[in-house]
Amino acid sequence: MSVNLNSPGHYLHWWVVQISVANAVVIAVMLTLFVLALVLPFPKGRSHR
Amino acid sequence: MTTATHAPTWTGRLRDRATKSFPPDQLLPDKQPIYVASWIYVFGVATIAALLVVLASGTLLAIQGPQWWHRSSTGHYVNSLHLWSVELFMAFMVIHLWGKFWMAAWRGKRAMTWVTGTLCFLGSIGAAFTGYLVQSNFDSQFISTEAKDGLNSFGIGSRFNVMDFGQMLMWHIFLLPLVVGLIVVIHVLQVRRRGVVPPFEIHPVDLPIDDEARV
Repeated sequence: MSVNLNSPGHYLHWWVVQISVANAVVIAVMLTLFVLALVLPFPKGRSHR
Repeated sequence: MTTATHAPTWTGRLRDRATKSFPPDQLLPDKQPIYVASWIYVFGVATIAALLVVLASGTLLAIQGPQWWHRSSTGHYVNSLHLWSVELFMAFMVIHLWGKFWMAAWRGKRAMTWVTGTLCFLGSIGAAFTGYLVQSNFDSQFISTEAKDGLNSFGIGSRFNVMDFGQMLMWHIFLLPLVVGLIVVIHVLQVRRRGVVPPFEIHPVDLPIDDEARV
């Protein structure tokens, strides 16, 4: 499987903000991970006294 | 546990200071406060794990050289491993930063932990950018010629020349990894010394002993 990178990148443009789709996706994934880390329950460890 | 002996030699004084600042059970703890049982506390160690992969894959690239990482399939794989472990390293570090920022993790004499974390972040950006410059392909040529104008505009081009491949390679594979590695060690030692910052609403003195126990 290969991805053809020999073409212009895809960009989002809003007002003075311009960001590549790839970077926007990475930031969205990071924000999702951050929120999930706050809300998902953490597995219980071994119980101690 | 050794007690301070007021040794007359510098090695003895250093030992006394080290054991006082980092008692073994604090340096390598086997339990943590109950509030550490959250996924948000995982991103610090995930960052370190990614850094180890970055260092290991970078070491392989240094041993084998550019012809290998450009022309062989194994070289392509290790090159990609180096790239993607850096992507994970930076992503985990930034999520760790977000979590610690909203916890105000500099509370309780933890300012140096915060400062060393910031320095690590800045050093990592330098390491990543010099990495772009030493790919030895057209991408690195384009980036270096764009970057030189920005750096020359505030006058450091004569000392830090992004078009000097040899200089950038040394910064990328020796100076910056050394600095980032040392800062990470100091950062982790600071965490071990002061402990993980507690949540805002919890004051250790208010907790019953059982609740404060462990994960």
